[in-house]
Amino acid sequence: MTLLDVENLCVKFPTRSGVFDAVRGVSFSLGRERLGIVGESGSGKSLTGRAILRLIRHPGVVTANHISLEGENLLQLSERQMRKVRGQRISMVMQDPKFSLNPVMRVGEQIVEACLQHEKISRNAAKLKAIEMLEAVSIRDSERVFNAYPHEMSGGMGQRIMIAMMLIPNPQILIADEPTSALDVSVQTQVLGIMDKLVRERGMGLIFISHDLNLVSAFCDRVLIMYGGRVVETCQADKLYEAKHPYTQGLLNSMPRLDTPVKRLQVLKRDASWMDGDIASDSDASGKAIGRSV
Amino acid sequence: MSANSNRHTASNADPGSQSGNAIEIADLSVWFGHGADRVDAVKSASFVLPRGASFGLVGESGSGKSTILRALTGLVKSWQGTMLVNGETLGRKRGKDFYRQVQMVFQDPYASLHPRHSVDQVLSETLSLHKFGDINDRVEKLLTDVGLGPQYRFRYPHQLSGGQRQRVAIARALAPSPSILLLDEPTSALDVSVQAEILNLLTDLREEQNLTYLMVSHNLAVVGHLCEQIAVMQNGEIVEILPVEDMRQLKSSHHYTQHLLEASMGYKST
Repeated sequence: MTLLDVENLCVKFPTRSGVFDAVRGVSFSLGRERLGIVGESGSGKSLTGRAILRLIRHPGVVTANHISLEGENLLQLSERQMRKVRGQRISMVMQDPKFSLNPVMRVGEQIVEACLQHEKISRNAAKLKAIEMLEAVSIRDSERVFNAYPHEMSGGMGQRIMIAMMLIPNPQILIADEPTSALDVSVQTQVLGIMDKLVRERGMGLIFISHDLNLVSAFCDRVLIMYGGRVVETCQADKLYEAKHPYTQGLLNSMPRLDTPVKRLQVLKRDASWMDGDIASDSDASGKAIGRSV
Repeated sequence: MSANSNRHTASNADPGSQSGNAIEIADLSVWFGHGADRVDAVKSASFVLPRGASFGLVGESGSGKSTILRALTGLVKSWQGTMLVNGETLGRKRGKDFYRQVQMVFQDPYASLHPRHSVDQVLSETLSLHKFGDINDRVEKLLTDVGLGPQYRFRYPHQLSGGQRQRVAIARALAPSPSILLLDEPTSALDVSVQAEILNLLTDLREEQNLTYLMVSHNLAVVGHLCEQIAVMQNGEIVEILPVEDMRQLKSSHHYTQHLLEASMGYKST
């Protein structure tokens, strides 16, 4: 079942020296699965995530044939209707909890606020729900965390709070933009485990934006590889290492690996044709989303 | 005098050069704050780097790995223990001689370069501080050494990409022709493709200029690529020092190292 279908998404920024095309004709569909978007900085992966939620600010322009969430075209919604989509149906976890949480508001208050925005329940019920949610993200003394300020939390804790806050309205789709890049490796696996479990249990669709190919190949079901604002390749995550596109191969080879030491790392040689050339895709992975049994 | 020969005379004049150790750290403790607020960031760390070696410090954030580098360069004053650089014991103050031997490359190339100084200013300032003549030629040589070329000389940091900025930061560190480079997460702010370029550059420079590296990183694969010896830190203590071959074969005696290695091998769905 397709939750989200994006066709020919473009994001443009007019500049003094002409229009800059940050995202150029990205199309994909998402079911109840984990979809990874990888690419280097400037490849347009974050903008793709933001454009779905129509979070691109003026003077940026978003165009697309359609961005449909269960058949409803998000581009045709008014700003007021859009506000009902954000958080409630599609929510987003950003990279660094330090910049996403309000520093002068207690953690619990922020989660309760998120909860009350989307549901008509009493404050007390919202508080109980918030504590329950904090427990769901493996925060042990949830009462203490509820009354703490963000600066009293570690990075991993902060990110788990963000995930709790984003999942409390029970959205259908979660967009995670580099959710673990600011975290240590050991904390990273923990946070990913929690996110994976919740997304799986609730049957959500997940768009996981990352620059880390290893992580994406281990964590996601399907991967889009972006370069210069375009999807250059779509493949099954577990077959990422058999990727055909030279860019994907170059990226994979440029990473140092513990198990296979090399004297010199291979350096990516960029090819102008990647900007406009053919898009390699795995026949069974492209096109319609593959449903995942929950 | 070329950069290379200058470095040699410097190390030959050094009385401790016979010992063959670039850095010796024994029982180093570093703390921040006083009284009840005191935090022991590093607790009696000891390790030795032979000349020309490449040594890695790994650990989670807050484990004290960067603090060791900062204490060594004199950026943190509250430390105790013994630190020897090229056979000379370090005191509280670091003189110009010290910085001629030891230079540091920082994590974030966006923050470590002055936004209103051109590449030329950055490099020639360092050179004139260390009383070098023929600054003009040296700046060009430094830029060539780090693979940028003289055409980047009059650019400002905002006109450079992240990888290029890190190259400038490396060029600045190489300006006094040091024998030891301290690398504090030199590639963690960069894309993997750019990271590969910088790591290759560091490998080449080490070979050409016979440098000693002390590198801090949270990425075990990066440290494993560049370093021969790796120290694993947890809560301010070095829990294990192991050669890279052992780490590659996941042979470690300490459970924390094992845990780090497993975590860095990637996410496993449960």
